Amino acid sequence: MHPIVQVSNVIKHFKDVKAVDGVNLEMQQGEFLALLGPNGAGKTTLVEMIEGIQHPDSGEIQIDGKHWKGHAHELHHIIGLSLQETHFLEKLTVKETVKLFASFYNLPNKRVDEVLEMVNLREKQKAFVDKLSGGQKQRLALGIAMLNNAKLLLLDEPTTGLDPTARREMWNILMQLREEHKISLILTSHYMEEAEFLCERIVILDKGKILAQGTLNEILTANNCFETIEFSLNEPVQNIGFIQNSGLGRVDWDDKTRKARLFVSDIVEQLPKLQALVQSNGLNLQTLECHKMTLDDLFIEMTGRRLDQ
Amino acid sequence: MQSPLLQLIIVQFKTFLREPEVIFWSLLFPILMAWGLGMAFNKENESVITIVQVKNDQYPDTSFRNFLAGAKEIRNINSPDEKALEHDVTIQGLGTTHYKIITGTWEQAYVLLKRGVVNLVIEEKAEGLEYHFDPKSSEAKSSYLQFSSILKGKQDELAQAMIKPLSQKGTRYIDFLIPGLIAMGLMMSTMWGISYSLIEKRSKKLLRRLVATPMNKGSFMVSQFVARFVLCTLEALVLYFFARYFFGMTIEGNISALIALFCAGFFAFCGIALLLASRTSNTFVANGIINAVVMPMMLLSGIYFSYHNFPDVVIPYIQALPLTMIADGIRSVFLEGAGWPELFKPIIILSTIGFVTFISGLKVFKWY
Ligand SMILES: Nc1ncnc2c1ncn2[C@@H]1O[C@H](COP(=O)(O)OP(=O)(O)OP(=O)(O)O)[C@@H](O)[C@H]1O
Ligand SMILES: [Mg+2]
Repeated sequence: MHPIVQVSNVIKHFKDVKAVDGVNLEMQQGEFLALLGPNGAGKTTLVEMIEGIQHPDSGEIQIDGKHWKGHAHELHHIIGLSLQETHFLEKLTVKETVKLFASFYNLPNKRVDEVLEMVNLREKQKAFVDKLSGGQKQRLALGIAMLNNAKLLLLDEPTTGLDPTARREMWNILMQLREEHKISLILTSHYMEEAEFLCERIVILDKGKILAQGTLNEILTANNCFETIEFSLNEPVQNIGFIQNSGLGRVDWDDKTRKARLFVSDIVEQLPKLQALVQSNGLNLQTLECHKMTLDDLFIEMTGRRLDQ
Repeated sequence: MQSPLLQLIIVQFKTFLREPEVIFWSLLFPILMAWGLGMAFNKENESVITIVQVKNDQYPDTSFRNFLAGAKEIRNINSPDEKALEHDVTIQGLGTTHYKIITGTWEQAYVLLKRGVVNLVIEEKAEGLEYHFDPKSSEAKSSYLQFSSILKGKQDELAQAMIKPLSQKGTRYIDFLIPGLIAMGLMMSTMWGISYSLIEKRSKKLLRRLVATPMNKGSFMVSQFVARFVLCTLEALVLYFFARYFFGMTIEGNISALIALFCAGFFAFCGIALLLASRTSNTFVANGIINAVVMPMMLLSGIYFSYHNFPDVVIPYIQALPLTMIADGIRSVFLEGAGWPELFKPIIILSTIGFVTFISGLKVFKWY
């Protein structure tokens, strides 16, 4: 069987920005994949190239074993998508909007109702699009993406700007889709919980390059720093060089919280060493918190920036 | 399930009909304008000539003073504290002219000249009356000629002349105006309607979303044009029937040629609109571009007033503008009984403009 998506060595420039800089990606059928990355990482550009909307400067993209060139019509039928932002026609109702898109796929009205049901917009079907809330608009976009029962679904930030409840609702719809249909999904996001909850594979993109990929555990293990110790000392010591030099692990000093963060592979083993080190320097620990590392932490560790920025 | 093309057309209509303002501006407004202008220039032959008198009591001019003696005092609308004088003169065949005389100094006269309230200033001098006006303005010239001949006691001469007022259909201002308004409506509706709707859909990323479906791009364009064509036709018919019932206008010439001209004009403007809308996604830029194309045509093409007042050298260029071709064509069918032989050329040219701009517009059209 073909991989559903195959991206090889894809590069895309805009003037002086390298939006996508040599990306390789292979995705099997039935896989749920999350593209994580901060603003401007190149997520939208990459996804839109897979969708056939933008074209790579170099490199190759195949969907279900086919190139976009010469197979556009076919591929449009097996892909469902929602863009990062689409404003549908304001003076059209929800149902009319879905119906319009359904006509492009030659689908019966029954399918329109089904989809409205799936994204919980039955009650709102007669409302004008410009009267919908942000979450309802996102669900409308999702409904349209699902219309043609696509093999491959590509959703660009489907939950950005939604409150936790609305986000949950989106997740439930997608999980249901996953159970009932054998679809493949590429989803972009700034939220690592979202990636973790919905997708088995996570790809972290930054400045057009893939920084890390795999399951959550694979990524964390590969970067062999599993846990963090966050602490502050009785004296605001900015010079934490003595810890840095001890070989315990990398230390970051956060100026705002006046706390230090130590990345270690094993808390049980390394915490006593930290305490000893602090005491031998004539200092005391004032606060101490230990936690397992998250993708957010990992991203900060790799780039010095936050994912959701 | 309806075909995508039909769905797209229906959607166009629905979005149009659900914006009541659009209906006002595209259907009601042209009628109001035609009605207003038609009434303004169709008044019983009455006119007003306003004059500033710069008095000089040392050298009173008897004919002028006698004329003023017969006048009645009226409120001076320009400066309500001061009075003005009004003297009505009725000449058979020419109707009534209201002469409004404001007495003042040269300073006041200049202000009124600058504001366009008066175009004639008369000063009493030792040598007699001195008339001041801009000889380049035909209106000022006419004020001068009329008033001076009345002061010279020549109104009987004027009356004796054989004056036959034209009131035949086809020679009134409204007859000139309606075909122009129909042509302009066609241009405005097509250019703004199509360009704007495309650019807006692009800026909202809706075009991008649409081309990511199996939607046929041709159907999409056709739907835009079909919907717009129906609306344009409706606008034109509304204007025509209004003029017909209100002002008794009729079509003298060949209707099939008129329809062909209308379609060719529509096609030309569609092409231009598509070309203008092919790249930008910024509605402000769009505004500028559309205005840059629409405004010159509106001003030059002789919609409200004949372009024959422009210098002879530019007239051939004006006649090459699509709007001029359509307005002149419609006028010739409405008023002069023209048909295929006369309209053949503009129809071919307009269709060619449409074809060329349409093809090049499609070529460079940016869907995202
Ligand atoms: N049409 C374009 N013209 C010029 N530059 C562009 C264009 N599209 C994207 N870029 C640039 O390419 C880079 C990647 O943009 P992209 O939209 O793919 O990022 P993203 O990861 O989707 O970001 P976000 O999370 O903010 O949506 C950015 O630096 C952006 O400015
Ligand atoms: Mg994006």
